[in-house]
Amino acid sequence: MKEADLEQKFQDKIDAEIRIEPRDWMPEKYRKTLIRQISQHAHSEIVGMLPEGNWISRAPSLKRKVGLIAKVQDEAGHGLYLYSAAETLGIDRDTMFQQLNSGKAKYSSIFNYPTITWADIGAIGWLVDGAAIMNQVPLCRCSYGPYARAMVRVCKEESFHQRQGFEILMTLMNGSQEQKDMAQNAIDRWWWPSMMMFGPTDDDSPNTVQSMKWKIKRYTNDELRQKFVDVCVDQAKVLGITLPDPDLKWNEERGHYDFGKINWDEFWNVVKGNGPCNKQRLKTRNEAYDNGKWVREAAMAYSEKRAARKAAGKVA
Amino acid sequence: MSNTWPLWEVFIRSKQGIHHKHVGSLHAPDEEVAIENARDVYTRRQEGVSIWVVESKNITASNPEDSDAFYEPAKDKIYRHPTFYDLPDELKHI
Repeated sequence: MKEADLEQKFQDKIDAEIRIEPRDWMPEKYRKTLIRQISQHAHSEIVGMLPEGNWISRAPSLKRKVGLIAKVQDEAGHGLYLYSAAETLGIDRDTMFQQLNSGKAKYSSIFNYPTITWADIGAIGWLVDGAAIMNQVPLCRCSYGPYARAMVRVCKEESFHQRQGFEILMTLMNGSQEQKDMAQNAIDRWWWPSMMMFGPTDDDSPNTVQSMKWKIKRYTNDELRQKFVDVCVDQAKVLGITLPDPDLKWNEERGHYDFGKINWDEFWNVVKGNGPCNKQRLKTRNEAYDNGKWVREAAMAYSEKRAARKAAGKVA
Repeated sequence: MSNTWPLWEVFIRSKQGIHHKHVGSLHAPDEEVAIENARDVYTRRQEGVSIWVVESKNITASNPEDSDAFYEPAKDKIYRHPTFYDLPDELKHI
């Protein structure tokens, strides 16, 4: 079959909501787009452990500590589901690690911001995981089977993350003035970076049209961002917290909240590597990878030795 | 010595009486570690009572490009289905 015919047949499957599986024919660009998107998503889960891991040893109670450990462990799990989904497209795990560690691959910029107080853990759970859920729920219907299936698992687990974050903030908002201020301060710092998590505006996102046609994406960046704002405004009222945007206003005509201008210079600056923690995050990942090398090698050597012994035993 | 851990496919039985079902894959140096890693990656919330791991290279799969021809023989055999047989409505328990 000719390339054009194959591509038409592929698009027909997509249009009919038939999922694409690893060994099916797919356009090279579809494969490349997915490898990039899934591996970046995996990297985000892995790097996402770092800002939160920062507070495990200083969590204010045992309840908070076990919750946070479980959450960070989930993020590791999510990274692993996603790496294995990416591998079905023909890229190997080590190549992805190299891309992350060398700084060649991107991950979600949100994780380049520091976690300064305990309230930041609440803010991350509520806003960052909230934005991630907004993004990930439609991905459960992504046209690529392994990615969609990984997302189903991730979404199931993510809901605990968001709830524990909200509860942390609620506890602080019911506490002393100092605790309330701490929560408000965290929201002031995390709100705008969370809004940026949905990526550039639709006008500035040239790949969106193709990704929508291939049903990798189901909603545009701006659509998801709007959903996020609408949901958060009401949740903020429950918390009694103020979202740091003076332009936030209900628009009767649109049936949505209007919001202020996003600082895209800041966004691109962080993407380019100049955020508050980019260098620290990469350094930590590289150290973890390098320091774990002997463990990986020893485990492999042990298993090879054992296999050789077993084989020798059989001969004798 | 090979540098990277091999890839394993993971199958989990969610409870007694249910088939093992493919849930994903992971890397591990050997089958014992693969089982332990599968527990940590895929059953953190009691999703399983039994785990199978198979090294991915040992799986033989049918070719999706041949699937039209491959499954063709079953296509015209509607007489294998119960509804093919025309029976009166008043007939019960059949």
